[in-house]
Amino acid sequence: MIWALLLVPAMAGLFSLVIRPNWPRRVLLLLTPAIHAGLVARCWSAPPAPVLNGWMALDAAGLLFLSITSALFLAAALYAIGYLASESRGQGFSNGEELPFVNFPEAVFAGCLLLFLSTMTLVTVSRHLGLMWVGVEATTLASAPLIYFHRQPRSLEATWKYLLICSVGIALALLGNFFVAVAARSAAGPTIRMTIDDLVANAGSLNPLWLKAAFLFFLVGYGTKMGLAPLHTWLPDAHSEAPSVVSALLSGALLNCALLTILRAHALLSAAKSAEFSSDLLVLFGLVSMFVAAVFILGQADFKRMLAYSSVEHMGILSLGIGVGGIATFGAMLHAVNHSLTKAMLFLVAGNILALYRTKSTTRVRGLLQTLPISGVLWLVGFLAIVGSPPFGPFLSELTILKGMFDTGRPIVAIAYLLALAVVFAGMATICLRMAYGPPPAAIGQGHGGAPGELTTCVTPHREPFWSVAPAAMLGLAVLVLGVYVPPQLTGLLNNAVKALGAN
Amino acid sequence: MTPWLDIILVLLILTNLHLLGSSRISACIRTVAAQALLLGAVSLLAQRGEVGLRLWLLAIVSTAIKAGVLPWLLRRAAREAGVQTEDEPFVGFTTSLLLGLGLLGAALHVAGRLPLPESDVPGFLLPVALFTVMVGLLVIVGRRKAVMQALGYLAMENGIYAFGLAFAVKEPLLVEMGVLLDVFVAVFVMGIAIHHISREFDHIDADRLSALKD
Amino acid sequence: MSTFASITHVVVALLLAPLLPGVINRVKAWFAGRRGPPLRQAYYDLWKLLQKGAVYSRTTTWLFVAGPVIGLACVVAALLLVPLGGVPALVAFQGDFLLAAYLLGLMRFFTITAALDTGSAFEGMGASREAFFSALTEPAMLLGLAALATQSHSLSLTAMYAAVDWPLMASAAGPALMLVGAALMIVFLAENARIPIDDPNTHLELTMIHEVMVLDHSGPDLAMIEYGSMLKLWVLGSLLVGILAPVRSGSWPVDLAVGVAGLLALAAVVGVIESVIARLRLVRVPQFLVAASVLSILALVLVMR
Repeated sequence: MIWALLLVPAMAGLFSLVIRPNWPRRVLLLLTPAIHAGLVARCWSAPPAPVLNGWMALDAAGLLFLSITSALFLAAALYAIGYLASESRGQGFSNGEELPFVNFPEAVFAGCLLLFLSTMTLVTVSRHLGLMWVGVEATTLASAPLIYFHRQPRSLEATWKYLLICSVGIALALLGNFFVAVAARSAAGPTIRMTIDDLVANAGSLNPLWLKAAFLFFLVGYGTKMGLAPLHTWLPDAHSEAPSVVSALLSGALLNCALLTILRAHALLSAAKSAEFSSDLLVLFGLVSMFVAAVFILGQADFKRMLAYSSVEHMGILSLGIGVGGIATFGAMLHAVNHSLTKAMLFLVAGNILALYRTKSTTRVRGLLQTLPISGVLWLVGFLAIVGSPPFGPFLSELTILKGMFDTGRPIVAIAYLLALAVVFAGMATICLRMAYGPPPAAIGQGHGGAPGELTTCVTPHREPFWSVAPAAMLGLAVLVLGVYVPPQLTGLLNNAVKALGAN
Repeated sequence: MTPWLDIILVLLILTNLHLLGSSRISACIRTVAAQALLLGAVSLLAQRGEVGLRLWLLAIVSTAIKAGVLPWLLRRAAREAGVQTEDEPFVGFTTSLLLGLGLLGAALHVAGRLPLPESDVPGFLLPVALFTVMVGLLVIVGRRKAVMQALGYLAMENGIYAFGLAFAVKEPLLVEMGVLLDVFVAVFVMGIAIHHISREFDHIDADRLSALKD
Repeated sequence: MSTFASITHVVVALLLAPLLPGVINRVKAWFAGRRGPPLRQAYYDLWKLLQKGAVYSRTTTWLFVAGPVIGLACVVAALLLVPLGGVPALVAFQGDFLLAAYLLGLMRFFTITAALDTGSAFEGMGASREAFFSALTEPAMLLGLAALATQSHSLSLTAMYAAVDWPLMASAAGPALMLVGAALMIVFLAENARIPIDDPNTHLELTMIHEVMVLDHSGPDLAMIEYGSMLKLWVLGSLLVGILAPVRSGSWPVDLAVGVAGLLALAAVVGVIESVIARLRLVRVPQFLVAASVLSILALVLVMR
């Protein structure tokens, strides 16, 4: 079962790279995430057996993140097919610049997308620290060509930063792996393997000094991949320059996989009774991320960058939740689900906006509700959800995390948390509401003519193809449902995940 | 055996200092290749007892890639981009050298605080490995040209490999494969990226890649 | 017995020091395909200069006259402190390496002030360069000697060098001592105004560092300066040969012979270096000297751990 989860997307990806005509490739692109999602759904009811002598197994936390990834991929694949079709029809101006550019071949895009799915699956099913590391490294390499899809100077700059910074981070994480190996080596008795199960079982005999040093390297290394400030500098560039489908996957799925690795490290330290060390660090990084993101969201001029900084903020919230512990860990797990769904929806809608308005500027995009009615509504829904307003999912999870902070006696942290959330709300509200309301530019509203900057009140709404709004709408609906009713299977899985991560 | 290892470790430190102080890119590429060769020698000399065929093969392949293929790739990228020297780094060469000395002191201090498990290699390998990692980071941060940043990354990987050699030898396959994957694929991709950058921008000053900022 | 050895060493040094520039020039000539001046050319030059009269500029003061005399006195005093390999120095006490280093510094100080005393722009330029570069070589030399001192657990040059023998070089401390040797080699080249820091054969004043400072001296003063620089070659060379030729046979004639042979070989090596490498650009010289300091510090760190 696990082999199927890994190999189906991998094989499909490799095939996509070599198939010449477009339509079989697009069919493959839609079919593979569907099969993957089906397999994952099967795993909910029938947990798969470990393979490779315990190197790969699916525990509750892994299943949670795998499900998120799979769901997001399904939505993204649906969007991607239409996106690729419209890109190949020669509408290659959709990046806001007026220069024509040549896209990467579609084969590379589709192939890398499927390989991306495969590598993220690898991260979620790995139990061996080395294998997990290989998975994260592979995700970096699989996603770099995706960012560079629009072959433009700005995308290239973003890709270079992404590649360099994430590679440095992952190299540091490798050093962390070695530190854990040394910690295990100093233990007396039989050799401890580098799998999580073995390490947690023997946690008492690991050298605490090496283990703490290892966690530090893991946090800095994998934290770079996750987007924790101050290691987040690649995130706004990469997420804003990549095509929106890719941004949705990067924000919604990849950051979660990096979070999973940090969670495993935290679980290891908790088992070794050094939880205060890792908790304090996680809380610190979480607060720093939230504040950095809040500062940069205020007055942000580019709406995709705004969404990227919002990702940084939410990764900070997740880190805070895990660091605080108690019920906040449950809240963090729920929040991972909510954030992924919401952020993916927002990025897909942003893609629609970009395709029509041909600019990423927050001041030049106006009147969304009139020019793109469905996308406009989805944009507002997404905005409300992501800033934590009821009745959407993120409100519940953020509230749970807040409760956890008071339960464990950290009122100062709670106040800082609320302050950052408020600042982000103010920043995003200004931008999103301004974009949704008001008269749109004449060139867009009437579909022709008009001087730049001229606004109009006589607007004809644009046609929105099914593929461009359906995925986002489904994700939005899911977020709304989760805000009102969390299905018991999900609660069960979340609780199991919390237990699997060793927190109480 | 031990005096040879000591000499190789001192040579490793010297290669790091040379990397910090030199402005000629081709000389830096040669230095990093020399580092890979020295580490290959360490990996073979550090085995107590019989050196099996598998270890020989791993050492030869990894050294060939890190000392042959990757420097060739980076040399080609630099030649295509037409750069020969790093003219104006963010951190000057003399400052880098003195900072490097400070980092050596820091590495020795940190290594002194960490309890060393018994192993086959001299205890001096740990601070040298940490020093190499720090020097790699300093080069990435302090240099302007993209090729130098890639070289700093290679040096960092050399340091991590040295550390893995020293202490993770119970799972040598993990060490080799991990570092090989990291180095080969990452630097390969970086080489391609540099090629694209020089074609697109007509320069490879990472400093001038500043269109994206807040 | 050791006093007799030391006295013999001093006499040999005073007599044979002018051979060193002769060897250097001969090697350079051989590289250039010429036969070159005879090995005893330096003796003839000194003799010629002593016979001539000195010319003093009207703008100079007593400093100008004192400079060469004090310089020669300082370097002869330093000669008394420095051992040659296994041959002990005539005067040895704890901390004498500092005295030797600063005697050389005193010599440099008076050379610089004598140069500034002439009031000429060229000498002033050379003086400022010399002051700057010697400030950079000082840490290299002192830290290298400090590494030696740590290794031999003593603060006297004689004891430091007596401890450097072949078993020590072959042991784990060997690489550190090689680094000290490399650093001292760079210091040797810098202090004696050799390529790659300074070209002793250049006739362009703007490119000179050391030569230009002594431009206005003549006659016996110039003879004293030249002889002083030859003795400085010997003194600094002894520090280097002590490390590079770790022969401590226990009998002083053998050690002395090995030391002298080592110095002549060192002179030949300098000749080779001068023929093969070009002179560094002036802006690169500080980096080169800092590299020497870095090597010394590295050696010190290695010895201390």
